[in-house]
Amino acid sequence: MKVHLSHPNRDIELQGPKRVADIFKELQLIPEAFLIIRGQDLMTEDEIVKDEDSIEVRPVISGG
Amino acid sequence: MRCRKCPQRAVLGMPRHNTAYCGPCLTEFVRTQVQKAIKAQTMFSPEDRILVAVSGGKDSLTLWEILLKLGYRTDALYVDLGIAGYSERSHEKVERFARDVAKACGSKLIIHTVEEDAGAGIKELANLIKRPTCSACGTIKRYQFNRVAWENKYDVMATGHNLDDEAARLLGNVLNWQEEYLQKQSPTLPASVEGFSKKVKPLYRMTEREVAAYAVVNRIDYLVEECPMSKGAKMLVYKDVLNRLEAESPGTKHRFYWGFLEKQKKAAESTPSMTDSDQATLLPCETCGQPTTAGTCTFCRMMARAKTATH
Repeated sequence: MKVHLSHPNRDIELQGPKRVADIFKELQLIPEAFLIIRGQDLMTEDEIVKDEDSIEVRPVISGG
Repeated sequence: MRCRKCPQRAVLGMPRHNTAYCGPCLTEFVRTQVQKAIKAQTMFSPEDRILVAVSGGKDSLTLWEILLKLGYRTDALYVDLGIAGYSERSHEKVERFARDVAKACGSKLIIHTVEEDAGAGIKELANLIKRPTCSACGTIKRYQFNRVAWENKYDVMATGHNLDDEAARLLGNVLNWQEEYLQKQSPTLPASVEGFSKKVKPLYRMTEREVAAYAVVNRIDYLVEECPMSKGAKMLVYKDVLNRLEAESPGTKHRFYWGFLEKQKKAAESTPSMTDSDQATLLPCETCGQPTTAGTCTFCRMMARAKTATH
């Protein structure tokens, strides 16, 4: 699967299928600080991302 | 995961509430929380004119959208800080929202450009007066938001600060025992003296993630990129620490900030009100007339230093 990350902008490849919760673990990210978006839709942690999918890992924390 | 309110697929799990919502139920939940915040903290009424401070980010654009959807008389102010590249992109997001969403509700966008007013962008200004950029930026934004709200007779000024912002700020104030700042950390600050606008934070009940999810679900086109000046900011460290605690114990941020608000409310019964203490300590600035504890306010002192540095 293609995974787009921000701060800085970059794309990486991960082996699918994988649960969203496992993607967080693999990337060592705290779920509270990110949203996973496929197309225009949000995904919850129990959903499966297929190998052919593209997702965005969008940070939600700002400097405030 | 299914929505807890209807049979639809959930789009966001919310461990702190032990629940999950689909898009429409999340939208309803967030708008209800904002309405509760407005009532609980006596922020404003449907007759009031509200000025929202917008940056192009998720929180401020979401706040503008929600207030319009709830039927409040809302305009917005954008301060163009003149940060190369970033300001152009954030300005574009705000203009697009104003044109595509707000205009149809009769809501207008006011723009203040720092470079036009001060002769330099925020980074150059901060360099001139030898102050950290974020500190100079905070002074300018607070000053201009208050000035525009006051001069244009808005009843209240609203900012998009969320629960994460408030919990992180509280953590910073407590870690450094900045007790004088604690009284000022409230979702509603009164228009305590002539020249000060009332200030409110209607998103204080929502976490940053919930606000971002609302923005995605409602197709609010916001700027995801962070201000380049905020790299290494202490607030980001505090937020990261709180989110690690939240992962271990959902509801930590909520309990931390709401517990503080409860204690603050009790303490207020036995201490002078903010209005009383402001009236006792604030006088009009000798240069611009905005309230200040010094003879000349921080903003005017900063501008005078910048002017001296360029001559």
